[in-house]
Amino acid sequence: MTTAGMTVRGLTVRGRTLSPGFIAGVSILTAWVLLAIFAPLGAPHDPLATISGAREAPSPEFWFGTDRLGRDVFSRVVYGARVSLVLGFISVAIGAALGSALGLVSGYYRGAVDTVLMRMIDAMLAFPGILLALVVIAALGPSITNVMIAVGVSTIPRYARLVRSSVLTIREHDYIDAARLVGVPDVKIMLRHVLPNTAIPLLVLSTLEFGQAISIGAGLSFLGLGAQPPTPEWGLMVAVGRDVLGRAWWISTFPGLAIFTVVMATNLLGDSLQEMLDPRLRSR
Amino acid sequence: MLASYLARRLAQLAVVLFLVSVAVFSIMHALPGDPVQLMLSGAESGSVTPERQEQLREEMGLNDPLPVQYGRFLRGAVTADLGTSVRLRQPVLDLILDRLGSTLALSLGGILFAVAIGVTTGVLAALKRGSWIDGFSRILAYAGVSMPLFWLGLLLILVFSFWLPWFPPAGSEGLRSLVLPSLSLGLVSAGVIARLTRASLLEVLVEDYIRAAWAKGLPKRIVYLRHALRNALLPVLTMLGLQFGAMLAGAVVTETVFSRPGLGRLVVSAILWKDYPLVQGIVLFMATTYVVVNLLVDLLATRLDPRIRDGAPA
Repeated sequence: MTTAGMTVRGLTVRGRTLSPGFIAGVSILTAWVLLAIFAPLGAPHDPLATISGAREAPSPEFWFGTDRLGRDVFSRVVYGARVSLVLGFISVAIGAALGSALGLVSGYYRGAVDTVLMRMIDAMLAFPGILLALVVIAALGPSITNVMIAVGVSTIPRYARLVRSSVLTIREHDYIDAARLVGVPDVKIMLRHVLPNTAIPLLVLSTLEFGQAISIGAGLSFLGLGAQPPTPEWGLMVAVGRDVLGRAWWISTFPGLAIFTVVMATNLLGDSLQEMLDPRLRSR
Repeated sequence: MLASYLARRLAQLAVVLFLVSVAVFSIMHALPGDPVQLMLSGAESGSVTPERQEQLREEMGLNDPLPVQYGRFLRGAVTADLGTSVRLRQPVLDLILDRLGSTLALSLGGILFAVAIGVTTGVLAALKRGSWIDGFSRILAYAGVSMPLFWLGLLLILVFSFWLPWFPPAGSEGLRSLVLPSLSLGLVSAGVIARLTRASLLEVLVEDYIRAAWAKGLPKRIVYLRHALRNALLPVLTMLGLQFGAMLAGAVVTETVFSRPGLGRLVVSAILWKDYPLVQGIVLFMATTYVVVNLLVDLLATRLDPRIRDGAPA
């Protein structure tokens, strides 16, 4: 099997038509990003201001109804996109940066370094799901910034594993030996010659992790461990609406739907990127 | 052969558990934030003198060097002493055991729904490739990984408690109160299991022994259920170990959604109370349970797989 999918050539679509999943994913995500950037234009009302009676049902004036404090749920959902998208980007940046660094060093040097680092990664993988993020939150204290750090840290093992396995193949190539022979320092080889060749699997994983980070981050805020009132954050909004679910279903339902669409879109995008760029990874 | 395999797996287990305990301990102690300050800011805020703080620090052994503290923590952990909850003033292990039953019932219920829905959908999707049920299995898988668990739980409450008054929206009395929380956990995993069952069954159906079974003239039902499905379910069994972890982690969210007492809700409260020994104890307990369950599932799969059972363990 060749490594054609790993080279930069793989970035072209190779004349193939874009899959419906790719188009749907990109469209939904673009819409959310634009809404987040232009929130003041997209939101009809101030997300923090009481502009009506409490718990008014969805109507032509208040598309998603109003919450317990008479705030416009639609405007709050629009502003909530800012919090969640930033959370997704920062968590992915933390996880990808630290995880790739570990994977790079581990796979490049192998031997004792690899053994020690990978045992550490195994230990991190022994925490199911959000448990590792919970430990970090417990240590740092509940806040939305700490949720970003916690979620980012909890994804380190998956990045480290992925990058390490790519590096193990890449390091055997002749051009790496060549670079070493002419005396290029290890750090430069890793950054200049090894890391760029892990770009495609990294891109795919980061896309998938982006959605998961938003979902887990919202979950932590739902539990009261993340964003605090009156921040318009989706998970927190769902939590607040939970107490009045029987009387005002819209307060929880719409922010939850927002999370669902973003995560769904990133999963669609991630999977279609994977199929387009690296068919060998398809059986994930 | 099997004995040496078992010994190797147990040694690996010991290493992982040791590192898990180091990880929990060091994250909780090495990160910025003075536990005493954090704890007092929650519990006895305002009227805390420096003397009281110092006394508490001494009581909790926080003035000792970190390795000494870790040694004490580890010695406690292996002798089933996880310390005392600062807030509830009870041994952490007792608090865990009190709530373990409820969380286990929830997790097992979740696994049950996941298997029932996942395997059924997966088998039907494999047998009728390209049909509506195949499409449904794909949607189930996508929705499962995309839907926030807490939102799914609330939607189930909305539909099956408020609109159709079939199940209670909260609480932990009786089996009926277990249905919705287990279903929400199960649905999340059902999609993954359905896709795996489908892929695994399709792979098995082209094996030689299936062709042999057809050639013997066995009825369709026997070929599919006895010969194909039994072998196809082995990877699904291994997957169940991982899904059990998803159930434990999911319990953290689901128990809050459905107001059920359990380990998940206790750990969230412990974090909000800044009750360090309690958080540490529950997290260590959950991680250990997860690792041990996965080992057991792997061993079970090894026992059930004739290729491994009768030959050398892989």
